[in-house]
This record gives sequence, structure tokens and C-alpha cells, in this order.
Amino acid sequence: MLNRVTYLTGSAELAARLPNVSARKPFDDSIVEFLNDVSRKLMGNRAAKAYSDVVTFAFWIRKTSVVKLKERFEKADNHLHVGKGVVFHIAPSNVPVNFAYSLVAGLLNGNANVVRVPSKDFPQVSIIAEAFNDVLSQNEAIRPYIQLVRYGRDKVINDLFSSIADVRVVWGGDQTIEELRKSPLPSRSGEITFADRYSLAVIDSDSYLEIEDKERVADDFYNDTFFSDQNACTSPRVVVWTGNRIDEAKKTFWEAEHELVEQKYSFQSIQGVNKLTSSYLIAVAEPGVKVEEHKDNLIVRVNVPKITDCLMNYRDNSGYFYEYDCKDILEIKDLCNDKRCQTIAYVGDSQVVLPLIKSGVKGIDRVVPMGKTMDFDLIWDGYNLPALLTRTVVLA
Amino acid sequence: MNFEEILNINPYCLNLEEKEKLLTERLVELTKLHQEKCIEYNNILKSIDFDVEKVKSYKDLPFLPVRLFKELELKSVPNEEVVKTMTSSGTTGQAVSKIYLDRTTSSNQQKTMVKIVSDFTGSSRMPMIIIDCPSVVKNRAMFSARGAGILGFSIFGAKKIYALDDDMKLDVEGMKEFLDKFQGQQILLFGFTFMIWQHFYKELLRLKEEGITFDLSKGILIHGGGWKKLISEAVSHDEFHQRLKVACGLEHIHDYYGMVEQTGCIYMECECGHLHASNFSDVIIRRPIDFSEADLGEPGIIQVVSTIPESYPGHSLLTEDEGVIEGVDDCPCGRKGKYFKINGRLKNAEIRGCSDTYATKF
Repeated sequence: MLNRVTYLTGSAELAARLPNVSARKPFDDSIVEFLNDVSRKLMGNRAAKAYSDVVTFAFWIRKTSVVKLKERFEKADNHLHVGKGVVFHIAPSNVPVNFAYSLVAGLLNGNANVVRVPSKDFPQVSIIAEAFNDVLSQNEAIRPYIQLVRYGRDKVINDLFSSIADVRVVWGGDQTIEELRKSPLPSRSGEITFADRYSLAVIDSDSYLEIEDKERVADDFYNDTFFSDQNACTSPRVVVWTGNRIDEAKKTFWEAEHELVEQKYSFQSIQGVNKLTSSYLIAVAEPGVKVEEHKDNLIVRVNVPKITDCLMNYRDNSGYFYEYDCKDILEIKDLCNDKRCQTIAYVGDSQVVLPLIKSGVKGIDRVVPMGKTMDFDLIWDGYNLPALLTRTVVLA
Repeated sequence: MNFEEILNINPYCLNLEEKEKLLTERLVELTKLHQEKCIEYNNILKSIDFDVEKVKSYKDLPFLPVRLFKELELKSVPNEEVVKTMTSSGTTGQAVSKIYLDRTTSSNQQKTMVKIVSDFTGSSRMPMIIIDCPSVVKNRAMFSARGAGILGFSIFGAKKIYALDDDMKLDVEGMKEFLDKFQGQQILLFGFTFMIWQHFYKELLRLKEEGITFDLSKGILIHGGGWKKLISEAVSHDEFHQRLKVACGLEHIHDYYGMVEQTGCIYMECECGHLHASNFSDVIIRRPIDFSEADLGEPGIIQVVSTIPESYPGHSLLTEDEGVIEGVDDCPCGRKGKYFKINGRLKNAEIRGCSDTYATKF
């Protein structure tokens, strides 16, 4: 059965022996060194440099960066901490390097990992797998900890890897989670699921207008949205404007953004039709909305007179934004009191959302500066990954 | 010019200027009607601050993406006036368009269709071979696009026969009998492009090897439904024509472009191989980037307008097809109006994102 799987790293024999691999302590020195070697390999690879996402990953796993993580997450609580054992990761099919972050989270926390990489043949996947393989050839001891696998939507294989998993990490949203839930986990095993989420931006108009480098802000917003077709869980779908000079700020902000999108974004014909459809659907669902005038279909904005809880059922991507002029941050409570609400990207002061969080909303897992929504961290999507990927041993 | 008057003139007699005037008048009228009768349509127009009084040309009117008819129940008449609900043919699980017809709209669809098709086939009814199976039209409560097409064209048939049985097998004996009976007469054939290829042409080919042939040199074939599946079998328009001629002598073949959202206003292919817009409707090619009107010869997204729909707000629609205007008023076949060709469906967006995609969104 394991032969129905393609191994980018590892093999059927190693995969069969996963349950026998020893768990390690978190941030084990040999793992830290190993990742640093992979980082160097990637940094030295000419092909890797063409992919900003690969470079960002390489940067994240270099020793100085990992040591900082170690300082933040190493527990000084008189207990012993050790990896859970085997982590089975299902990476999302549309994000090329996400699999690598998931793997590293598993590795750094002392686990052996089997990672299903995207079935689509992204060059980034091969580049990263190759770097791992190169370094593994000098590091036989770490080899059993990394199985990068590729297979179609195959429940039998899912069943098999789930049956040996101590933790299952499922990316890819609601439908993938639903698929994987059909494969049972052992009783003591846990699961980390990355469900469908949405995000928003909160921009203080006064703060924005004071920023000198408007291009930088446009760039940051581009990275948060258009870079992933505004379709990542972290991509703002709604822009909430606060402060006293909203109209002026909007005008400058969207003009700068449009200029950048015109230069950088590769527009697909159907996207204009999709955005038109979405804007008309919301016009029917929420009478009173106004579609802002737009000279082309790159950015379509719909102004909503109030925030309702059904707004996000009408979200779209590729440059489709709802906008709301906000006087009191609690006005957007319905948007955030939803378990699907993930990240708030802000311009201005992050403290403005505090009343919202304190109001007991069920959403909002991250509040980060604009431009930082995609920066991966071991605390992600509301989960403290090191806590979930390790066991705590009491030695009294 | 009201609808009755449009019905009374030759369907391809108006030139660019005359047609612009006619369409602007009628489509503005329909826009106002739907604004008043269809609350959803009115809300859409409000969201873009649309002012119908400022419209100078029918080209300035808003267009609804066809997908809206899959997501919403759009009608401009009370439920009790709906006499027919048409649906697009979608594969299982896919949302289908729902089009609500009252007596007037339904009857105008049929009259329009007769007017347009007669221009190609002559006005007398002919013996007709329907290249499909009888079960497609059995469920009359819900008309699928295939069933609606067959029923729509059936009005041109005097005596009718279905060429395929419900297992999609060619009824060889029935065909023989039918052709013997109407020997020497002009015969109308109708079907969907891919069905014709798959279940009719391929079978004719096989029968030929067994020595069984049919003479359809007196036939006129009208077919529609698109080329997507044939393109994937690498069959071009010309090859389709040529091979059918070799297989059964069929020479008069007319493709047509049409959709369930604007039934009646079909775009027939003329003798020169061009799809023609009649007086009843028009196509406008839109640039994907900003929906401005494309130039002659410039491909873009097809907008279709129709003078028929009164019971649902479907008089101006944005399709998901790509096409190109080849000329206006000057086709060698003599018909006035725009003529165009279809390049195919717009591609689904390939986008990134954390959620895996299992099916198209709508």
C-alpha cells in the first residue's frame, strides 16, 4: 500500500518504521543545526532565489531565527518536555511552501513527520525537498524523522498514516478536514485543524495619512492580499476605516494600491466576472450597499452601511473588498464574533481592537501590522503549536 | 417599436443605426419594467447608483452575470403567472439556472425562434429527425436546456422521430422507415453537437462498414450546445461538416449559439459560417479588464441582450463565453446585423489560497 505513495524524501521502508522512531526533546541541538544546514543550502541555491516564499522559509529556519524561537518557547517549568511522536501533516494544495513550515513545526518539537505535500507540481516543493535530501545524506540520524510524500485523495493511505499518528495536522480548510475526519485516529492522538478562515484590515485614517512612505503601505497591503490572490486565510476581505479623515485616506490608499496592482498583478478574465457577480449578490442580500466606482476590474470595493454576520458568506478574492466606515470598533463585533475570523491587519495602533477582543468575541486570533499577515509563527491560527506537539512529563 | 412590430419585419433587415435605436428603446423599457417589478434587480441597480434616464444607448445598460440566475430566483411576475420554469443543464451537484416564464415571454420566445429559424429553413414545416432520445423531454415540469431546445425546434417538424432510443442507440429500422416514407423531401435534423458526433455520426460510420447507409443529402441539420467536448476530441468545425457530408451526404449544417437564459433569441450560423445576431437581440464584446466595448476583431467576454424577457430580468446578460465580432451589416449572406464567432468558455481562475478547492465555487 505504501508503494502507492511517491516519496520526495524518505521511503516506504522508513515510513513503515515511523512508529518506532524515538521522540526528541523540543529544539534539540542536532535538529537546530540540521535546519541551519538546510537554510544554507537553500540560500546558496540559485533556483531558490527566484521564489520569495522559499527565501523567506530559508530565513526562518536559520539558526539565529530558530534560537529566538527556542528562547520564546522553551519551558522552564520543572517538567520534562518531549515530542508526541509521529505527526501526520496534510499540507494545503494551493500554497507551495506551507508544507515546509508545518514540517519544521513538527521537527522542532521533537517529532517524526510524514507530510503530504501538494499534488500540484510547484517548483518550490522540489527545491525544498532537494535541499532536505542533500543535507539528510550527511545526517542519517535525522532521516527517519522526515517523510515527504505525495499521493492523490486516497482514503486508504489517509487511514494508514492516521492510524500511526500521535498528532494529525490538517491544512486545506473545511472540506479537507471533513475528508480526513473519515480516517480514525488512535484514542490518545490529537488533531490540529486549519479550517476556512477570513481576515480583515483596520486602518486608522489619521495614522495612515501621517505615514510618509505610502508606497510601502501599498506594498504591505499587496503582500497581505494580492500576493495570494486575496484568498489566504490571512488575507483581509474587509477594510475597516477608523479616525477622522476616512474619505481622504481611502482615496490616497486605493490610488496607490491600484497603481501597484496594475504593475504587478496578473489579472485573469474570469476574475472581473466573479467580482461583478459577488457585488450583485451582496446588493441583493444586503440592500443599501454601494459598489464604489472603479475604472477597471482590478480592485472592486463595496461599501457596506453596517456590518452584518452574513457579510462573509459573500466574500470573494482576487481584489474584492468590503469597506466599512467605523466610528466605534465594537460596531464590527458581528464580523469578529465568528470562529472563522482570524487575523486583523492594522495601520495605526493595535490597541484599538482591544475592546473588541475583551468583549468576548469567538474570533480574532492574531492582530498584526499590515504586511505581516503571512509571517508564519509557532503560534498560528490561535494554536500554540509547541504545546500541542509535545508531551509534558512530570518528574516529581 | 414594440415587440409585435419587431415580429412583423424580416429578422435580419435592420442596419447598425436602425438596430441601435430599436434596441435602446426596447431595452430601456425592459430595464424600467424589471426595476419596478423585480426587487432584487432594483437593489442591484441601486448598488451602482444606476440612473436609467441617463442612458443614451443600450450599451450603457447594466448586465447581470448569468451565474446570478443560479444563485437567485429572479422574476418580475407574481408566482401564479409563471407557466414554465426552465433550467440549464448542469451535471449532478452543480447549481442550475432557473428561468421563470409567463405566458407572454414564453410565447414571444417561440415566435422569435420561428422567425429566426424560418429565415434559414423556409417557413413550411418539414419531417424532422431529432438526434436525441425521447426521455429528455418527458419531464415537462422542469425543462432542461436540452429538452427545451428539442421542444423549441420541434415546432418546425411536421412528422417527428427520435433517432436515438433511451440507451442512446441509433434506431436504424425507424430511421430507414422514416427516410423511405419521406423520400425526396427536405428533412430537418436537430440535435446537440456532441450527441450528434458521439451517438449519430460514429454510429453511421460503423453502419457504413456493414453496408448500411443513409442518404441525408436533402437534410438541414441545426445543432447547438457548444464545441467544448468536440475540441477535446480534436474535431474542428470544418471537419465536423466534412465528415458528416461523407458519412450521409448532409450538406446544410447550421450551428447555433444560444442559452437557456435567453431562449428564443438564438444566433444562427449562416451559409458563410458566421453566427448572426437578429433584430431581436445583440452581442456586445466586453474587455475583461474594464468591461469597455471591444473593437471589431478584438476578442472579449460576450454580453448578450434580448428584447424578449419580460417575466425575468434577463434582457442584458454577461456570459462566461469569449467571442469576437467579425463584422457588422456586411456578411456576404446578405443578413444585416453583427456576425461573430465563439472562442470558448472563459477559464476558471487559477488562484492561490489556504483552502483546497474541490469544485468551482458556484
